[in-house]
Amino acid sequence: MSDSRQRILDRLRANRPTDVPTPMVYAKALGWDRERCIAAFSERMQAVRGEVHRMQRDAWVGWLSQQLPERGLHRVLVGNGRIGDALAAVAAQPLQVRRYDRPIESWKPELFGDIDVAVTGARAGLAESGSLVLWPDAEEPRLMSLVPPVHVALLDADRLYENFAALIVAEHWGDGMPTNALLISGPSKTADIEQTLAYGIHGPKELVTLLLE
Amino acid sequence: MTRPSTVYFYATCLVDLLYPRAGLAGMQLLRAADIEVILARGQTCCGQPAFNSGYRDEALAVARAQLDCLARDIPVIVPSGSCAGMLRHHWPELFAGEPDARRARDVAARTYELTEFLVDVLAVRLDDVGEPIRIAIHTSCSARREMGVADRIETLVGQLAGVEVLTQDRKAECCGFGGTFAVKQGDVSGAMVRDKTDALRATGAARVISQDCGCLMNIGGAFDHQGGGPRTQHIAEFLWERSGGNVR
Amino acid sequence: MNQTEAFHRRIDAALHNDQLRRNFRSALTGIMARRAEQFPDDAQLQALRDQARAVRANALVRQPELLERLERQLTANGIQVHWAEGPDEANAIIHEILARADATSVVKGKSMVSEETGLNHYLEQRGIDVIESDLGEYIIQLAEEPPSHIVAPAIHKNRREVAELFHRFHPEIPYTDDIDQLTQTARAILRDRFATADAGISGVNFAVAETGTLCLVENEGNGRLSTTAPRVHIAITGVEKVIEKLSDVPPLLEILTKSATGQPITTYFNMISKPRQPGELDGPEAVHLVLLDNGRSRIRVDAELLDTLRCIRCGACINHCPVYVQLGGHAYGTVYPGPIGIALEPQRIGIDKVGTLTSACTLCGACGEVCPVRIPLPTLINRLRAEAVDGLRAGATVRGHGSLRKPREARLWGLWAALYGDPTRYRLFIWLASRLRWLTPPWLGAWTRYRSAPRPAARTLRELARDEGFRDE
Repeated sequence: MSDSRQRILDRLRANRPTDVPTPMVYAKALGWDRERCIAAFSERMQAVRGEVHRMQRDAWVGWLSQQLPERGLHRVLVGNGRIGDALAAVAAQPLQVRRYDRPIESWKPELFGDIDVAVTGARAGLAESGSLVLWPDAEEPRLMSLVPPVHVALLDADRLYENFAALIVAEHWGDGMPTNALLISGPSKTADIEQTLAYGIHGPKELVTLLLE
Repeated sequence: MTRPSTVYFYATCLVDLLYPRAGLAGMQLLRAADIEVILARGQTCCGQPAFNSGYRDEALAVARAQLDCLARDIPVIVPSGSCAGMLRHHWPELFAGEPDARRARDVAARTYELTEFLVDVLAVRLDDVGEPIRIAIHTSCSARREMGVADRIETLVGQLAGVEVLTQDRKAECCGFGGTFAVKQGDVSGAMVRDKTDALRATGAARVISQDCGCLMNIGGAFDHQGGGPRTQHIAEFLWERSGGNVR
Repeated sequence: MNQTEAFHRRIDAALHNDQLRRNFRSALTGIMARRAEQFPDDAQLQALRDQARAVRANALVRQPELLERLERQLTANGIQVHWAEGPDEANAIIHEILARADATSVVKGKSMVSEETGLNHYLEQRGIDVIESDLGEYIIQLAEEPPSHIVAPAIHKNRREVAELFHRFHPEIPYTDDIDQLTQTARAILRDRFATADAGISGVNFAVAETGTLCLVENEGNGRLSTTAPRVHIAITGVEKVIEKLSDVPPLLEILTKSATGQPITTYFNMISKPRQPGELDGPEAVHLVLLDNGRSRIRVDAELLDTLRCIRCGACINHCPVYVQLGGHAYGTVYPGPIGIALEPQRIGIDKVGTLTSACTLCGACGEVCPVRIPLPTLINRLRAEAVDGLRAGATVRGHGSLRKPREARLWGLWAALYGDPTRYRLFIWLASRLRWLTPPWLGAWTRYRSAPRPAARTLRELARDEGFRDE
C-alpha cells in the first residue's frame, strides 16, 4: 500500500509541469449593507423553496409554540444548548420536545421515524447564495438538520455575510475546520427524473429560517 | 488596423473547387470598397483537413507551400471562418519549432475572416437593391467560437433594408459537418444535419446564408437529398447580389 | 469485434433509438438554458472562469506536495488515507476496511471514481449489500446500467421508464409516473437503508490540503446521509482533486454548480474534516479517504495534456456537445462520456483501448466555450487524433500512441499532401475537376447517405477572377 503511495508520488514528481503558478485573483467584496444582505438572503432562500421569517430576537419561541402545532409538527427535536432549553421551558401539549442527548446508535429508528421537526441554530448566513452555515457539534449533532422532515434554523441577522468567500476570510476558516461544516440552501431536492425539480428527496422536505433581529 | 490599399484573397480549396462564385463575390465586394485584391497564384489549401485528422506532417507540408504566396505584408482575407481559424490560430501551433515558424505567425497575425474585415477594418455600408426576402443565418462554429466573428454577418445583413432575418432553434449548434467527421462518423453527422435542416426549414426562410462553405455544402446537400429546402448561399455572394455593388 | 467496430455498433444502436434521442434532446435543452441564466454578465463569467482555472492549474503544478500536505492534515484530523494505483487495489482497500469493520451493508453516494473501479460489482461479489442512494444512481442500479452522464446518471430515462422500473422492483407500490410521487417512493425505499447501513461510500468534489477537508456537493441529502448516518465513511477520489486552500473553494463551488445544473448553489455543500470526536453524538467513528491514480499521473506528460486534469466534473461540456445529444453517454463505451471523456479516457486507459473515440467530435468548440476551468477540449481532442495515427511531429507520449495508424489512410493523406502541397499540380487538378465535373460519382460513401454529392463548378475561381480583371500574382 505504501509502495503505491511512493510510486504515485514519484510519478507525479517525475512528470512535473514546468508552468509557473497562475496568479490568483479573488473576487472583490460586493459592498452590501445589512438590509441588502437580508433581502438577498431571503430572496435566494425563497427561490429554492426555503421559508424565511424575520422577527424580533426574542420572538422565535412564541412563533414556534404557535406555528409548530398549527402545522401538525408535534414531535420536536432540539439540541442540548439554550435553544433546546428555551423551547423545553415553554413547550406545552401538543408539543413534545425531544432532546438529542444520546449517541445516535441508541435511538436511530426513533430519529428516522418518530421526529416531525428539528430546531437548530445556524452559525452564519450567506446573502448572495441564500445559504445557512452550520457547524454541527456535540450540542447540536449533524443529523438534526438532515433526518427530520422539517428543519427550523434560527439565524442571527447580524451573522449574515455577503458570500462564502467573505465568511472564510473573516472567520479564518483556513486555520482549522470542525468535524463537519455545512452550507444549506433550501430543502432537499432532486432533478434526476427528466431534469424536473422535485423537493423532499432524502433530506428535509421543508426548511424554515427564522431571521432574528 | 488602418485601411490597407491591397489585400490577398485566400480563396480556400472548397471555394476554389465548389463555390467559385462565392469567392468571386468576396473579391468584388472588396474591390467595390476600393481595395486592390490579389488572388495569389500559389494558393491551394490551409492544411486543415489533415490537421484535424491527426496528420500533422501532411498538414505542415501543405501549409508551408502557402507561405510564399502570402509573403507580402498585407492582410490575408479568407471567406471562411474555419480556414481563417486555421491560419490565425493553428498555423502558429503547427509551425511551432519549425524554421519558418516566424513567417507562419506573421501570416496568422494578418489573417481576417471576410465579414470580420468588411466590418472591423473597412466599416462598409451596403445598400440593398433586392426584393424583400426572408433568410436564416447559419453561423459556423469556427466563425462563432474560434474566430469570434459570428456577429459580423448579422451586422452586414442588418444593413440590408429588404432582408428579414429569421432565427432557427439551436442556432449555435454545430451542423454536423466537421470536415472528415462527416465521413468518419457519417451516421452521426447525418443525424446532426437532419436536426439542423429541420430547424432551418421550420423558420420558413427562403434562403440560408453562412460564412462557411463547409457548412453550406453540408446543409445544402442535405436539403437537396431531402427533396428540397431553402436555397443555401455564401454570405459574400448574398451581399454582392443584394447590394448590386453599392458598397461604401 | 475490435474497439472501433464495437463503438460504431453502439453508435448505430443509439441513433436508431428515437426515444433515447428525444430524452436527451429534451433534458439537455433545459440544462443549457438553466446554465445560461446563471451567467447573465459575460465579463463576470470570464473572470470567474479565470479564477477557477487558476485554482486548479496551481494545484496541479504543486500536486505531489499538496497531496502530502493533504495526507498529513487528514491524518492529524483522524481521517485515514489510502493510496491506490488502480481499480483492483482501490477495491481491495475498501473491501478490507469494510471487512475489518464487520460492515455488510453499504449505502453509496454518487461517485464516478467508483465507476472507474467497478466497486459495486466487486463488493457484491464478496457478499456485501451495496445500494446507490442518489436518485439517478438508484434508478440505473435497478436497471443494471452504467451512468450515461457524469452528473445526471439516469438522464437517458424518461418518467415512464423510471415508473416501470420502480413498479417492477416494488410491485407493492401503486404504479405512477408522477415525478413528485416517484421521488417520494424513492425516499421511502431508501430511508430505511440510510438508517441501517453499516458503512457509507462517497466521492469527493474537492479535497482541501490546508485544512484536511473533503468537500461534497449535492442536492438530495443522500451524500450527507451516506457520510453521517453509518458508523464508517469511506471516500474515494482521484489524486487530481486536491486543491491548496479553503479560500480556493468559493470560486470553484460557484462555477461548478452554475455550470453543472444551472444552480447558484446546490442544496448542500458538505465539508468533512474529522471522524466523530469525543462527546459528539453522531457521525462515523471512522473516516477513510482512498486516493486513486488509475492512469492520472501519466497524463502529466506535458503542459498541454495536463490541462485535462483541471476538470471539476461539472458535465457542462457534455451538456453542450452536439454529438453527445445525438448519442447519449452509453455509446461512448467509456466511464466518462462526451468531450471530457474523449480527452481524458484515451490518456487514462490508452488510445488503443478506446477505438476511434476521438472521431466522435466535430471540433465545434462548444465544450471549450463553456468549460468552467478553461480546458481547451477541442485542442486536446485534436492532439489525441494526432497521437492516435502517429501524426504528432514531436513528443510522442500517450499510451497506445500510433495504434490507429492505418497504412491505407496514411497513404491517402500522403497523396493529398503531394497534390495540395504543390501549387502547379493543384491548379491542374482543379482545372481538370471543373472540366470533368459530370463524372463526379453520385455515391460518395457516408456523405451521400444523407446529402447529395457536391459537384465541382464549371469554371474555377481563377478563370472567373481573370474575366473580371483581378490581378493574379
